[in-house]
Amino acid sequence: MSVRTRAARKNVAVKAPSDDKRWSIVAAVMRKHGSAQSALIETLHSVQSTFGYLDDTALAFVAHSLRIPLSKVYGVATFYSHFRLKPQGKHNCVICMGTACYIKGSARLLQRIDQKYGLKVGDTTRDNQFSLLEARCLGACGIAPAGIFDGRVLGNLASPLVESQLDNWLAESQQNEPKLP
Amino acid sequence: MMIDRKINQQISSPEELANVAAEQLAWQAQYQHRVFVCMGTACQSVQSGAVLTALQAEIKSKARENECLVSPGGCQGNCASAPLVSVPEQDLLYQKVQLSDAEEIIEALAGKPVGRLLCDNKSDFFTMQNRVVTNHRGLLNPESIEDYIAAGGFSALLKALTDFTPEAVVQELQKSGLRGRGGAGYPTGLKWSTVAKTRAEQRYVICNADEGDPGAFMNRSVLEDYPFRVLEGMAIAAYAVGASKGYVYVRAEYPLAVERVTKAIRNAEKHGLLGNKIGSMSFDFQVEIRLGAGAFVCGEETALISSIEGGKGLPCPRPPYPAESGLWGMPTLINNVETFANVVPIISGGAEKYATIGTPTSKGTKTFALSGSIMNTGLVEVPLGTSLRKMIFDIGGGVPDGHKFKAVQTGGPAGGCIPEEHLDATIDYETLMELGSFMGSGGMIVMDDSSCMVDVAKFFMQFCAAESCGKCVPCRVGTAHMHDMLDRITKGEGTMEELGQLESLCDVVKFTSLCGLGQGAPNPVLSTLRFFKGEYLAHIVGHTCPAGVCAPVGQDIRRPTCAL
Amino acid sequence: MRVVTLKINGQEMSGRDDEDILHVAREHDIEIPTLCQLDGISEWGGCRLCLVEIEGSAKLSAACVTKVSEGMVVNTESERLAGYRKTIVEMLFTEGNHVCSVCVSNNNCELQDMSSDLKIDHISLPYRYPLRTVDASHDLFIFDANRCILCTRCVRVCDEAEGAHTWDIAGRGIQSQLVSDLHQPWGESTSCTSCGKCVEACPTGAIFEKGKAAGEMVKDAKFLVYLAEMKAEKS
Repeated sequence: MSVRTRAARKNVAVKAPSDDKRWSIVAAVMRKHGSAQSALIETLHSVQSTFGYLDDTALAFVAHSLRIPLSKVYGVATFYSHFRLKPQGKHNCVICMGTACYIKGSARLLQRIDQKYGLKVGDTTRDNQFSLLEARCLGACGIAPAGIFDGRVLGNLASPLVESQLDNWLAESQQNEPKLP
Repeated sequence: MMIDRKINQQISSPEELANVAAEQLAWQAQYQHRVFVCMGTACQSVQSGAVLTALQAEIKSKARENECLVSPGGCQGNCASAPLVSVPEQDLLYQKVQLSDAEEIIEALAGKPVGRLLCDNKSDFFTMQNRVVTNHRGLLNPESIEDYIAAGGFSALLKALTDFTPEAVVQELQKSGLRGRGGAGYPTGLKWSTVAKTRAEQRYVICNADEGDPGAFMNRSVLEDYPFRVLEGMAIAAYAVGASKGYVYVRAEYPLAVERVTKAIRNAEKHGLLGNKIGSMSFDFQVEIRLGAGAFVCGEETALISSIEGGKGLPCPRPPYPAESGLWGMPTLINNVETFANVVPIISGGAEKYATIGTPTSKGTKTFALSGSIMNTGLVEVPLGTSLRKMIFDIGGGVPDGHKFKAVQTGGPAGGCIPEEHLDATIDYETLMELGSFMGSGGMIVMDDSSCMVDVAKFFMQFCAAESCGKCVPCRVGTAHMHDMLDRITKGEGTMEELGQLESLCDVVKFTSLCGLGQGAPNPVLSTLRFFKGEYLAHIVGHTCPAGVCAPVGQDIRRPTCAL
Repeated sequence: MRVVTLKINGQEMSGRDDEDILHVAREHDIEIPTLCQLDGISEWGGCRLCLVEIEGSAKLSAACVTKVSEGMVVNTESERLAGYRKTIVEMLFTEGNHVCSVCVSNNNCELQDMSSDLKIDHISLPYRYPLRTVDASHDLFIFDANRCILCTRCVRVCDEAEGAHTWDIAGRGIQSQLVSDLHQPWGESTSCTSCGKCVEACPTGAIFEKGKAAGEMVKDAKFLVYLAEMKAEKS
C-alpha cells in the first residue's frame, strides 16, 4: 500500500522527509488550509520560501500530505514560472523584461551580463554566488529599466550599476574562499 | 514619538464609525504640520524609506514631535521625480529628496519652502487629472485603518448595509455605468445582477489582482496605497450578490501589495468591518488572500479560478461563465482591483454624480501607467474620453531627449500600437477597439523613433508564446511559429511569402484559440502591420532597420555569413 | 433536462439541452472532426478542430463543449472552418516529429486520418524538429514523445477511468510535455497500474505496446464508454 493511501485512510499527517525543523513551517501552512488539495500552490510557495527551491523529496512530501497525484504536483510546479526545481545562488538578480523596461533596453542589459559573466536567464554562477532571473513585469515601469537585487528594487538601471552589484557578490565569494597556507 | 494612533474597538454602526473618524481627525489636528513620504515602488527604489526615517529623526532631534507628524504615504504619481515628499497644508510637493535635505524640509515647515526641491504641482500633469479612485492623492498612511476611516473610509459599506437592499446596490451600480477595469469593459452592474440572480447556497467574490500586462502597475499602486478601499468595495459587492466568502488573487511579484492587503484584512476584521456580522448586521464576509505564482494566463477568469482551486491556471471554455458556475462550481463574481475601488465613490457619492464623468458609453475615470519614452512617467488618473494627445503631450509632458513620438502601446500583449495620426482619438473602450487596440488594464507605453515596431511585435509575441498555457493547439504552436517568423524578419531572413503566412496565422490564432490570451496574441502584429507596414518591408526587402534596433541605422541586419 | 430543436447544416433535429453540439450532430450522422475528444472521459476543448459557426455569434464555438439550445443554428462546414482545421493539423505535424512510415500506428492513426480527411497534401509551416525522447523503461509499453500531440486523452483516462493519475502535462506553452509521476521513467512510476488504458486512448503512436513494429499497433478505446456506463450505474 502506498504512503498516500495509508495516510488518507488514517487521516494522519505524513511524516516529514527529514528531521529538518523547517518542515514544520510547511506542515503548518498545510494545516492552516485544512490539508485540502486547494492548498497546493500555497504549500509550494511555503516550501520554496523555506528551502529556496522544490526538489523531488519536497514535491513527494507535499503530494502525499495533500493526497494529490505526483504527476499533478509536478505539473503545477512546472506550470508556474515562480517555482524553481533547482537550487538557486546565494544572491539573485532579477531583470525586468516588461514592455517599458524592454523599450528602455533591458534586453541589452541581459546581453551584456551574458557577455561578461557567461550567464543566461535562469543560470547560476559556478561558485553558486548568484542566479540571474528575468521578470515578466515588476510593475515598476515608471523607473524602467528596473531590476531586483536580493529583494531590493532598483530603477533606471545601466550596465555599470548592474555590473558593480554583480562584481560585489563575486568578490564576496572570493574573500570567503579558504586561503592556502 | 507617537507616529501612529491605533484604536481598539469594534465598529458596528455608521454613528460609531463617524465617532472614530472624528477622534482620528482630532488626533491628526493636534499636529500643526503633517508630512507624507511616498512609499510607492519607484520612490522606495530610491530610498524613500530612508528619507522617511531621516525626517522622523530630524523632528525628534529638534524635539518637535508634538507639532510635526511624518507619515508614510501612497503614490503621488510622478514616479520620474522620485522620491517625493508632500506637505499638504502648504500644498507643496518636494521631488528628488536626498537624506541630507531632511533638516531643511523640517525647518521650512513653518516658513519659506525649500525652493530647489519644489516640484511644480500646478503643472498639467497634476491639474489635468481627475482623481476618483486615487482621490486621497497618496496623503494617507496605507497601513492605518484609522487614517482611512478619518478620510471617510468604510462609510460607503455601512451606508450600503443600513440604507440599501442588495438589489438597490446592484441597481446603483447599473445606473453608474461602471464597466470592468480589467480590460474588456463588461458592464459591472450587469455582472453583479447575474451573480445575484443565481440560485445557490454559496457564492464567491474574487478580486483579480493578477495584473500581468507588462507595462501596467495601476493595480499594484491601488492595492498598495488603498488596500482598505479595495476590501470595502469587495464587501459591498459581496453584500449585493449575497456572497460570504472572498479571495484576493495577487501576483507573487507584488510582495508589498501582498503584505499590505494581508494586514488590511486582519485590521478590518479586528474592527468588525470584515468577517462575521459586519456592522453588527447579519452579513458575513470573510476574505482570504491567494498568491499567484507567475502565470500571465491566470488573469483570465476561468484560469484564475482553477489556480485558486490549487491547480494549473488552465482556462476553461465559457459558457458556463463564472457568474453561474465559478469557484468550486458556485456562482462567482470576479472583478478587477480598480473596479472594486470604483464601487466606493459610486455608493458614497451616488451613481448620478459618478455618471457625470466620462463619455456616454464609458463612464468614470481610469488610471493609467504612463511609461516608456515620456517625460512624466508614472501613475495618472483621467476621465474616460480624454484624448491620447492630451494624455501624452500635456499630462505626460511629451517625448524627451529630442526624440520624435512614434506610437503608444495600450492594452498589454493583447493590445496594439497607435500611431501619431490617431492621437486625437479618445481613450474609451470603443475607440481603442476600433484602432485595433484595447483598453486593457491601463498600461500606456510611449515609443519614439528609436523603437523598431517589428521588434516590439516580436517582444509581445515572445511574451505570449512564453505565457501560453499550452492547452489549445493554435495558441501553443501558433504563437511559437509567429514568434519565429518575426524573429527571422528582424534578422533580415524573412520573405514576402512568409509575411503573408504570418498574417494568415494571425487570423487562425485569433479566431480559434480557446481564451483571450491566444485570441489577443496576434493583435500587436496586426496593429503594427496596419500602421507600420513600411517597417516590415524595410526589414524584408531592404534588410535595414529604420529605428536602428535590429542593426545600427543604415547597416545590413543580416548576420554576416562565415567567410570560409 | 429539456428537449430542444435546432438546425445543424440546414438539417432540423432535436436534442437534450444537456447534450453538446458534437454528440447531437453525430447522432444525426454529421461528423465533426476531433482529436482530443474521446467518449467515456471528460471533454477538454483543446484541439480546436471541432470549432463550428453558430448563427448570431461572432465567435466560433468548440462543438464538444457547447451545449445545444432551442433554435440554435449551427454550421459545421465552411471554407473558413476547413482552412482553420487544416492549419491546426499542420501545426500539430510541425510541433512534434511525425514520421508515418516508421510509426507503429501507421494506417491506424487518428492524426494521419485527420490529415487525409482534411485533404492536407503538404505542410506549409516550418517543422520545428524538437529534441524529444523515447521512454521504453516500462515492462509492457513505450512512450515516444516525438509522436505526442498533447491531447491529454491519456491523462484523463488514467485519472478518470483508472484513478491512478500517472500522467500529467509538465511545463506550459510550446515547452509542454507529458510526464509520469515526478518526471521519472515510466517504468519507475509508483502510481502506474500497467492497465494499458492510456495505450488505447492515445490517438497516435505516442503510447504503444512493446514489440509492435511499424503499422502493427491497432487501438480501440470503445471499452471506455462501457466502463463509464457501468460506473454511472453503480453510483
